[in-house]
Amino acid sequence: MMWVFVLLPLLGALVAWLIPDNRTRSFVLPVVAVLHLAITVYLLIQTPPPSPDGWIHLDALGKLTLLSNSILFAVCAAYAVGYLNYRRLRPNRILCMALLVCLSAMTLVAISQHLGLLWIALEATTVTMAPLIYFNHNARSIEATWKYLLICSVGIAIALLGLFFLAYSTIVAEQDVTLLLSSLISDASLLHPGWRHAAFIFLLVGFGSKMGLAPLHTWKPDAYGEAPGLVGALLAGGLVNCALLALLRVYQIAAASTEGALFQEVLLVMGLISMAFAAVFMARQSDFKRMLAYSSVEHVGIIAVALGLGKAALFGALLHMLNNALTKGVLFLSSGNIHRAYNSKSTQFVRGALRRTPWSGALFLAAFLAITGSPPFGPFVSEFLIVSSAFVQGNYWTGGLFLLFLAMIFIGMASTVLPVVMGKVPDDIEKTPYTDTMHTVLPPLVLMGVVLMLGIWIPMPLQALITEAAGLLGGGK
Amino acid sequence: MNALADQLLVLCLLLNFAVLGTSRLAFSVRAVALQGVLLGVLPALIHPFSWHLVLIVVSIILAKGALIPALIMRAIRKADIQREFEPFIGYIPSLVLGALFTSLAFIFAARLPLAPAHEGLLFVPASIATLMCGFLVLMGRRKAISQVIGYLLMENGIFIFGLLLADAMPVMVEAGALLDLLVGIFVMGIVINHINREFSTIDTSRLSALREE
Repeated sequence: MMWVFVLLPLLGALVAWLIPDNRTRSFVLPVVAVLHLAITVYLLIQTPPPSPDGWIHLDALGKLTLLSNSILFAVCAAYAVGYLNYRRLRPNRILCMALLVCLSAMTLVAISQHLGLLWIALEATTVTMAPLIYFNHNARSIEATWKYLLICSVGIAIALLGLFFLAYSTIVAEQDVTLLLSSLISDASLLHPGWRHAAFIFLLVGFGSKMGLAPLHTWKPDAYGEAPGLVGALLAGGLVNCALLALLRVYQIAAASTEGALFQEVLLVMGLISMAFAAVFMARQSDFKRMLAYSSVEHVGIIAVALGLGKAALFGALLHMLNNALTKGVLFLSSGNIHRAYNSKSTQFVRGALRRTPWSGALFLAAFLAITGSPPFGPFVSEFLIVSSAFVQGNYWTGGLFLLFLAMIFIGMASTVLPVVMGKVPDDIEKTPYTDTMHTVLPPLVLMGVVLMLGIWIPMPLQALITEAAGLLGGGK
Repeated sequence: MNALADQLLVLCLLLNFAVLGTSRLAFSVRAVALQGVLLGVLPALIHPFSWHLVLIVVSIILAKGALIPALIMRAIRKADIQREFEPFIGYIPSLVLGALFTSLAFIFAARLPLAPAHEGLLFVPASIATLMCGFLVLMGRRKAISQVIGYLLMENGIFIFGLLLADAMPVMVEAGALLDLLVGIFVMGIVINHINREFSTIDTSRLSALREE
């Protein structure tokens, strides 16, 4: 069953390869995405038992990642039909295939319980995203692709060395060599401390660079700025969550060993540094897509801080993982529309989006309010949980800095977003044929609805799922 | 057998310096390829015979010794360049830094105990030193191809350590890691080709349109 689940998108990629016509090909995406979402929901309700060798199992953390990725991909796939129709002249065979292969790899990340397998899948997502970032085939996008490819490849290679260290620590401790998550967790305190320590550092740096934790985030603004909107959404919502899941697996092992507290401290500091970086670079950002990249750095920072705090903040961290992915989806898709309408992403030319593209402008504005933590949207709830947990734990410095950075980021982001959506459309802008249509507006609108719902009411099954997942992060104690 | 393995590892370390000290791209690729072949031979020396091991030896030699160098050589031919020009870090400073990193690697390795079966082997310092030298090439050179060579050197460093686990890791994990590496290099080759077409050069310092004002 699980293997079928991973193979389905690959089959879709094969079909996409065989279809000669650009227009017809784009319909493969929503078909596969809907099937994928249906299977995801089915698996969430009827979870199959782990595979006999223990490599494949959908636990609560995997379920959460899978759910968020599947929803996001479905929305992006529906959007892709309209988007690719608008850009009919550009061949999209590679785009469709890479998207589907990436979906397959993201699925494998979510269901694998073997860290080696998880690493392979994560590396596969890295490579398949490269042609997607390069979709526009111009000088700027190739620069972004090169930086992305090089930094993420190096990062993920360092993570591999970390995994080798972890495996070797089992040999030195005279255990059976394994990278199976369950045995690593149960034997965590037996592993050789020196090797284990080195492994955690390498894994944190490796997965951290893929997640975009500062100061390893330098590829993000370029890649997010140059990639098409729907690819940006998948990068910021899908790939970030995959890398985060990998980090959470390491967190599980660390929490079960004696090094949990140290690991948490490092995460807390890296998270705060990320938020500080985002707060500084967000201000006076003249490119609204690059600005979204700094928002992404901010939010992985928030999640890292929450993981560092632990205890009640873990629930907030996991809820924020979902909220951030979905809200980023709305932001990137709507900003992609605005980009198309003005044929520019500089605040110098893009003004009055609420008049030029009322729906996309309104969605961009609403998603901005959501992502900066304004009620009544989802991110408000998760950020509130995290910050209140910081104060309850008596960690006033963290809580205070957290709030300070949030305020700085709100002001910085507003100074870019408000001019874009408000005001009058400049007279001398390039005329483009783009207008808001159902195809390009409905998908982000639905997603915005979900984000709003998560702010008002979290369904019981989801709440139970997140509680269970947070329990897994408690080190199984 | 362990003495032979150590000699091969020393050879690997020397090859790092060959890459650090040269401006000729084709020579660097050959040095990295030779290192890849050595990497393929090493597990045969330290682990008892098994078919699993044969598979690993063959696939590493094939991927790292033949396929990947061929891919990069093709990119070099297409871009029609032979040499690295004006690297950010010169060749002599590169060599000095390489020596420094290599000695640091030995200090780092002395702090981590090896399993009894691997006692006295140079795997850990060789691995870390190669990793650092690769990083040095990656950071210090301008040409995209040189950067890929640096990345390969890093990967070789990681694989050197992985060889200690060669008979313990499931075959699927190793095959997957090699395949990912292969595809990654393939994609990098394509991107280099596009950089060359777009800018008429593969000098990455020309990739500077995207930065904060």
